[in-house]
Amino acid sequence: MPSYVIAEKCDGCKGGDKTACMYICPNDLMVLDPTAMKAYNQEPDQCWECFSCVKICPSQAIEVRGYSDFVPMGSSIMPMMGTEDIMWTCKFRNGVIKRFKFPIRTTSEGSANAYNDLKGKDLSSALLATEEADGATLARPLELA
Amino acid sequence: MALPNKPLGELKAVRDPEVVEMEVDILIVGGGMAACGTAFEVKKWASDDTKILLCDKAAMERSGAVAQGLSAINTYIGENTPDDYTRMVRNDLMGIIREDLSFDVGRHVDDSVHLFEEWGLPMWKKSAEGKTMDGKKGLKMGLLKDGAKPVRTGKWQIMINGESYKRIVAEAAKKALGEENILERVFIVELLNDKNDPSKIAGAVGFSTRENKIYIIKCQTMMVACGGAVNIYQPRSIGEGKGRAWYPVWNAGSTYTMCLRAGAELSMMENRFTPARFKDGYGPVGAWFLLFKAHLENGIGENYAASDRSKEELAHFAPYGTAAITPTCLRNHLMIFEMKAGRGPIIMKTTLALAKLGETMDKKELKHLESEAWEDFLDMTCGQANLWCATNTEPEKKDSEIMPTEPYLLGSHSGCCGLWCSGPDEDWVPESYKWGVGDKVYNRMTTVPGLFTAGDGVGCSGHKFSSGSHYEGRVAAKGMVQYITDNPFKPELAETKEELVELVWKPVRTYLDNCEFTTAQNLNPNYCKPDGMALRLMKATNEYGGGTATYYQTSSKALEILIDDLLFMMHEDCEKLAAGDLHELMRCWEIFHRLYTVEAHVRHIQFRKETRYPGFYYQADFPGQDDEEWFCFVNSSYDRKANEWTMKKEPYHRIIPMK
Repeated sequence: MPSYVIAEKCDGCKGGDKTACMYICPNDLMVLDPTAMKAYNQEPDQCWECFSCVKICPSQAIEVRGYSDFVPMGSSIMPMMGTEDIMWTCKFRNGVIKRFKFPIRTTSEGSANAYNDLKGKDLSSALLATEEADGATLARPLELA
Repeated sequence: MALPNKPLGELKAVRDPEVVEMEVDILIVGGGMAACGTAFEVKKWASDDTKILLCDKAAMERSGAVAQGLSAINTYIGENTPDDYTRMVRNDLMGIIREDLSFDVGRHVDDSVHLFEEWGLPMWKKSAEGKTMDGKKGLKMGLLKDGAKPVRTGKWQIMINGESYKRIVAEAAKKALGEENILERVFIVELLNDKNDPSKIAGAVGFSTRENKIYIIKCQTMMVACGGAVNIYQPRSIGEGKGRAWYPVWNAGSTYTMCLRAGAELSMMENRFTPARFKDGYGPVGAWFLLFKAHLENGIGENYAASDRSKEELAHFAPYGTAAITPTCLRNHLMIFEMKAGRGPIIMKTTLALAKLGETMDKKELKHLESEAWEDFLDMTCGQANLWCATNTEPEKKDSEIMPTEPYLLGSHSGCCGLWCSGPDEDWVPESYKWGVGDKVYNRMTTVPGLFTAGDGVGCSGHKFSSGSHYEGRVAAKGMVQYITDNPFKPELAETKEELVELVWKPVRTYLDNCEFTTAQNLNPNYCKPDGMALRLMKATNEYGGGTATYYQTSSKALEILIDDLLFMMHEDCEKLAAGDLHELMRCWEIFHRLYTVEAHVRHIQFRKETRYPGFYYQADFPGQDDEEWFCFVNSSYDRKANEWTMKKEPYHRIIPMK
């Protein structure tokens, strides 16, 4: 189910500091043609249909169609990323349309606590730094064979 | 138009790349859940002047197996015990696991899950009335850490709204390690031993997939976690559909091959996973079985799993087949048994399951249920949702087919291949399960001093999943800091800079030397392209190594042909891999990694003279389990200078008593 780029919508992220789809693709598939200033999927048969490029594209220029060896035509699913939710529009072959909204995170982006001030104390123990800070005790098997 | 005998890719490779030489104390190779665990934990133990670097082949925000998201966390102990968790893993993996490693995951994994929730990963909760609350409503019910009740689907799994799971975990990891200590789009391809003590790890070499640049990195210690191995057997899908893999298609066996070539012992590489999933979309089935209580029927409408015939078949594999919970491989076996007898295809009765649930629900609840079913796909296997749309499959109106996939190698999901690693330094851990340097023990260190792994890399201890992999990355971080504190040394490489450049860049130079010999760059007698080599490998394994072509069956003769003939020639021809651009260079090294990993897999199957995992693979000359001879681990090692494999048995010790 490879991603494809709609020529008219893609501007090569010329206003941004990086080509978003090229930055994110976990399999290094999305590339920018610097002459045309447009991106494309250079190896569709290695696409995992993960939608990372679709979700990150600031121009909504990337969509996905089914792999050609099964049912490539007749449907579409399209996400719209928000900061707290993702909305999906799912279009069926028979015209049925379903819409879903799912939460994606409960905190604001960038707010994850990395505990940068936390320093572990006992390097020889088997406890993790946060476990140690919480005063956790190390479990051992309740009984041995 | 010019002749098509020039490089095609956008980022052309040049003959002489730039070389960057670096020296750090701790190197983290990989960027998935395990590596994010290491990145989060490592600075909490390392001294402030410790130099740490992480190299990820992709972008951490969406790299690894959780790139797309997940709809559940499959390992959360909560009200259960690590002891029972260990028993579950042992039963599912046919009796032979490293119970020290599984118990260790079980007693620590919840700490990572609690962090995920704190960072913003939405967890589903159960209200007092038994209703499901997700997103911020779930958060209002309190934190798991404070005892709030998760929504369980089965004993060990909890449901989440996990579309952004990896983004959240990577955010904390990057903040903890510092962006300045992270190189994205750098693919480490070979590990290097120390010049003065070749048994030790001392560095790694790799290249950027964005610029013509090689990285030679010296280090005192290293954690390698680059996932499992995918696209090693011919997938059921063809052509454009080759990317439709259940596990991430970019997992190239790099973890196993790189550590193996550096001298580390592999264990249980004969184990594989062929999950039964929705056919052609590979969407998850867990929630359908456990949350929606759907059942399977064969092609003639029988609930075959509950039949006397199936019970008889399972009895052949006692005591595993007669255990209270049937191991995953034997559930697969029953499915294959039906299909081979002509009673396929296997159908999941989604219609009946939703109708039954609907009997006790009002309209609003039903709508929410439908949404949950779709979220299960859209959070982690978007393509399955599209397939349902394309085939007019509304699960309340139309059932779906289930099919076992092509084989995958992994150590964190329901498989247990990987590196032979030390367990924790405790009195209840058997002596042969723990090691380090001198009398010191370093948890999750491989048999190579200084080389650690986590997640899919740690063998003999499956069912860790995303959360357990994160924990293992964290404990490896602590192990690495212990290692460099106890054994500081100045790493030196045996290879010169030029030798390493020649090694990494060989496919580029082969290409440039020969591409103009013919009129079309993909057809040339002097080199082979990685895409062709990938197909060649998958054809060979599929036909001889127990792929889908033979219902996962292989034999001694088939293995002999595969190993002595086909893989032997592939190793020779890998010397002639060619890359015209940086993306293709990545593919060259990936196929190199896949080749060694596959070889380890089939050599292990060949060595183990029994069929330990019916349903995952069958050694036709040795059907069934032989507990007398083979209730043990199989370990392998490889000498890269002599090009020699060594196979051996390694004893199993029971730690947690049977119930």
